[in-house]
Amino acid sequence: MLEALLDAFPTLALLAWEPPGWGANLARGLVNSVQIALGAFALGLVIGTAGAYGKLYGGPVTRDLLAVYTTVVRAVPELVLILILYFAVTDLVNQALVSFGYARVQISGVAAGIAVLGVVQGAYSTEVLRGAILAVPSGQIEAARAMGMPPVTLARRITFPLMLANAVPGLANLWLIATKDTALLAIVGFAELTLQTRQAAASTKAFLTFFLAAGLLYLLVTLISTFLFARAEKWARRGQRGGQA
Amino acid sequence: MKKILLTTLAALSFGSAAMAQEVKVGIAAEPYPPFASPDAAGNWIGWEIEMIGAVCAAAELDCVITPVAWDGIIPSLTSGQVDAIMASMSITEERLKTIDFSDKYYNTPTVIAVAKGSGIAPTPEGLAGKILGVQVSTIHQDYAQTHFGDAEIKLYQTQDEANQDLVAGRIDATQADSIALDAFLASAEGTACCESAGAVADDPAILGLGVGVGLRKGEDDLKAKFNAGIAKILEDGTYETISAPYFDSSIYGG
Amino acid sequence: MSRGFWQPHRIVLIGLAVLLALWCGWALRWDWLPRYLPLMAEGIWRTIWLLAVTVTLGFLLAIPLGLAQAAGPWYLAAPARSFCTVVRGTPLLLQLWLLYYGLGSLFPQYPWIRESELWPYLRQAWPYAVLALTISFAGYEGEVMRGAFKGVPSGQLEAARAMGMPRFTILRRIWLPQAIQRALPTLGGETVLQLKATPLVATITVIDIYSVASRVRQDTFIVYEPLLLLALVYMAITGIIVLVFRALEARVPSRVA
Repeated sequence: MLEALLDAFPTLALLAWEPPGWGANLARGLVNSVQIALGAFALGLVIGTAGAYGKLYGGPVTRDLLAVYTTVVRAVPELVLILILYFAVTDLVNQALVSFGYARVQISGVAAGIAVLGVVQGAYSTEVLRGAILAVPSGQIEAARAMGMPPVTLARRITFPLMLANAVPGLANLWLIATKDTALLAIVGFAELTLQTRQAAASTKAFLTFFLAAGLLYLLVTLISTFLFARAEKWARRGQRGGQA
Repeated sequence: MKKILLTTLAALSFGSAAMAQEVKVGIAAEPYPPFASPDAAGNWIGWEIEMIGAVCAAAELDCVITPVAWDGIIPSLTSGQVDAIMASMSITEERLKTIDFSDKYYNTPTVIAVAKGSGIAPTPEGLAGKILGVQVSTIHQDYAQTHFGDAEIKLYQTQDEANQDLVAGRIDATQADSIALDAFLASAEGTACCESAGAVADDPAILGLGVGVGLRKGEDDLKAKFNAGIAKILEDGTYETISAPYFDSSIYGG
Repeated sequence: MSRGFWQPHRIVLIGLAVLLALWCGWALRWDWLPRYLPLMAEGIWRTIWLLAVTVTLGFLLAIPLGLAQAAGPWYLAAPARSFCTVVRGTPLLLQLWLLYYGLGSLFPQYPWIRESELWPYLRQAWPYAVLALTISFAGYEGEVMRGAFKGVPSGQLEAARAMGMPRFTILRRIWLPQAIQRALPTLGGETVLQLKATPLVATITVIDIYSVASRVRQDTFIVYEPLLLLALVYMAITGIIVLVFRALEARVPSRVA
């Protein structure tokens, strides 16, 4: 069966794990992509939580600055933001360090990728989390307050669990965007899955084979994540009336 | 080789460890045989990769190979993502305004490859009305724009993409370094589709300065070390030893 | 709204922003600008052209995709669904390269393609850009249209059927208009996302505004100024898109009954 397939499509052998196959390279790229997506997603959540609280409960200046941040990030292509942040931010950090008499730091590709995509994700997370917090029925919070629940307990036991259920679908979407946005780092030369694929394809000239294989890998990541997030939403909605309509 | 790989992996997995005289050497993250290309095991191989190892060893620098996009390789240098560029980058007047260079470590003629049987000559008349592909920010782009004004010039991020489009018939000709194009023309794809049209007329102002190590301005210390390293391997025969398996004749140039 | 906008802290913030812009204009290098202005105009035009063409074509493709998923038999619904899943589950950059380098490298193997009248188009880059962007937009918008078709109250369709309206007329006069009206609010957002996807075509040699900015960077080694200007251009185009869709939505009555 496998041999017949290999006879029909000899380029499939290029996907083998051991050299001369390029399978291990693709796997390394995939690991890099997932690692960056996870880091960026987490950083985005941190920025998003702070941003959502700032937008809801911050002073007027905080709110306006956050509005500028989310508007700019959502209007400018990720590719342009990546180039600006990738070159400008590392440059500024180094210039600041040098002028204060410190040595230049080397910012690794992974760290730069996470930082850049995290800032982009943060803007979207801010909106998702803000919406989710707003969607918590105020009656629930008032009831808890009427029962004399202290604010921290209220946030932990009422607002957060209810907010989480509302936020999961939006966050799932953001995670999928994060995994796909890692491909943009190929353009700054970072060896994630898309660039590894491109290099393998260019070296062997088996373009279709490699691009299709990489597409399959991305699709697998998407499908597995979709499944896991559906489970997570079910879990987050446990004990709520009406289930998921 | 193995050491380079290990240090590369170490640098990728944890970046900011600032060791004494660790030098990040930027290469273009694209296959550019026979100078630098990735292999199936995830290593970078080629003449220039070996040259980096030899020059750094001679200069007593702890070099880490760092692939970056060619398109952003100079900003990567000036913004501190890499400390040196060894990516077949020619020394040009225009680049010298922004960055500094070591002495040259090779210099080869510029040729044009065309589709087989097309009979295009590497002259302004021969290329008039044809589509000529060149890699961006290269001496070849400068040269083509200066001398082949009547051709439609198409810019590519990497030479490999230009070669690919020559194979696919999307461009009529491509201009590049003779060694890189020879390697392409000797490949299975290249022999099938294309042939060399020969060298372009020389223009020393654009083509003549050779390939050097790109460095940030003002880092004269590092420049001196690289110059010493290049001089040393030229003298002690390492340069010849490394080049022999790759090239029939010396590519150091006059 | 207009009275609430000019609060004291906003005036200070806007003042700071103007100062920052003035500083950028004064302290950064803009001497390259006049030389590249014609090329930039061309690039902006190409970007807007690509956006308009692919959004239109993609939307037209999304209608059957949504309809097949919402009401089609399984042999139409299943392919439409997988199409949307695959397009949405893989990066656009990869799709673009698959089409340009993958498909493009197959064509020249067949002499009849090279000799056909389509070849002058197939050897250029923009048809691949249009194809990839259209497919991507159709994938995302197809999902939206599925929901929109499903969201039209079944009473409306039953009433039309009871009146003896033919099936195609129901689709044309009742179902489709209501579904499009439901999809309209998301269409603006999707169009902005599509705009943000257009710079990827620069990687297959299409000269859009992004690639003009890269060109400036590569020619002059000036890094930040072209990128800042580029961000500004995209924000302006986004603003125009938002305004256009706001006007469009205002023209369409929000409630039928």
